[in-house]
Amino acid sequence: MNFDFGLIANSVPKIALGAGLTLQLLFISLVLGTLIGVGVVLMRISGNRLLAWPAFAYTYVLRGTPMLVQVFLIYYGLSQFEAVRNGPLWPILREPYWCAIIALSLNCGAYTAEILRGGIQGVDGGLHEAGRALGLSPSQRFIHVTAPIAVRLALPAYGNEIISLLKGTALVSMITMSDITGVARNIVAKTFAPYEIFIAAAIVYLSITWVIQLGLRAAEHRFSRYIKK
Amino acid sequence: MAETPPVPIIKIEKVSKFFGAFQALKDCSLSIAKGQKVVVCGPSGSGKSTLIRCVNRLEEHDGGRITVNGIELTRDMANISAVQREVGMVFQQFNLFPHLTVVENLMLAPRLVRKLPKPEARELALHYLARVRIPEQADKYPIQLSGGQQQRVAIARALCMKPQVMLFDEPTSALDPEMIKEVLDVMTDLARDGMTMMVVTHEMGFARSVADNVVFMEAGEIIEMAPPIEFFGAAKSARTKSFLQQILTH
Repeated sequence: MNFDFGLIANSVPKIALGAGLTLQLLFISLVLGTLIGVGVVLMRISGNRLLAWPAFAYTYVLRGTPMLVQVFLIYYGLSQFEAVRNGPLWPILREPYWCAIIALSLNCGAYTAEILRGGIQGVDGGLHEAGRALGLSPSQRFIHVTAPIAVRLALPAYGNEIISLLKGTALVSMITMSDITGVARNIVAKTFAPYEIFIAAAIVYLSITWVIQLGLRAAEHRFSRYIKK
Repeated sequence: MAETPPVPIIKIEKVSKFFGAFQALKDCSLSIAKGQKVVVCGPSGSGKSTLIRCVNRLEEHDGGRITVNGIELTRDMANISAVQREVGMVFQQFNLFPHLTVVENLMLAPRLVRKLPKPEARELALHYLARVRIPEQADKYPIQLSGGQQQRVAIARALCMKPQVMLFDEPTSALDPEMIKEVLDVMTDLARDGMTMMVVTHEMGFARSVADNVVFMEAGEIIEMAPPIEFFGAAKSARTKSFLQQILTH
């Protein structure tokens, strides 16, 4: 076959136009998902069954089903119910943009909760004892000892989650949105050159990942002052 | 006037403790008067760490009574916090907060528990750092210090809460031999200043020179308690003698 480098070079800028939407989805879902994750992990470790159980169920369901299925369920599934169509949330739920944000945030929240839980469990039990022996209350121990150490321990896995969420945003092209993948699919429909166009899309994704990784490395560096000799 | 017996600041009466079916403490009784220094020794698994950890409620005892400074340790959280404020503890593994600098480690509890303003907490911290002879390390992170320095920071951290009693749970067991002395020196200073101390350790030189009483434990029981001269010179129990032989012959 003929491989058209010129076509790749020409498509990268066009595809990059979709990056605005991709980054917007990534950023908003990351913020909302992180807030959800913090809430859910606090419920999980609260020691109260009525809080811990729903938190466990949420994480289990969201992590145990494909994100594409979740996107479809929210965008196509909910509109099947008349109550939803007549309900106050319909202006939001009929928009693919908001359905995408909801699906991505819920998903990110479930993973973030598990990542933070791992971080919290990784904190040395001796530090809890030291806090207790000094007379710190459970909430003081959590805020001043456990949480900052847990966040540092969770950082590499959380960075992974950001990159994974970036790639997850590609699914929104399945519900009519013109993100990077969506734009690429439109161009393919016109040019019939899937190979070149999707390579161009891959290049755009890789560039974004590269920038994110730089940021993560800086963050890890900053949070690791106390680990380096 | 007749001499009144000193009021014990720590009173342990017939305390027992179970871990599942295993009995870690059996009817242990021990009184420590204000200003006294008591060294607890015994083979590993004898319950000495468990006993000391019951005194500030890191472990909950199952039977008997523990009273610290007149406050009985019960499930009452207010009592537990009151006791924890009076009792400082030093751990085998130091347990310094790794994400805080040395001075921040010392300032944390005074600021949060005693509500000291930041400048006063810092002043207090620097005072105790000077007392453990490492004022120059204030702004380093724990990992940048040697084991002996870390343990001295841990002692200073406990002292910043101005406790009435200090507990030491094998404070030199995790240290390289050349660092043991600097920690024992700080502990000896503290003893000279009149601090009430309960120390789990195998450092028999420290016991001889500092302790008012030495306690020997085995299999969860207090076998013998005597002043050091008597304890090392003329132990009554055969088990104490054989333990001392094992640790003193080399």
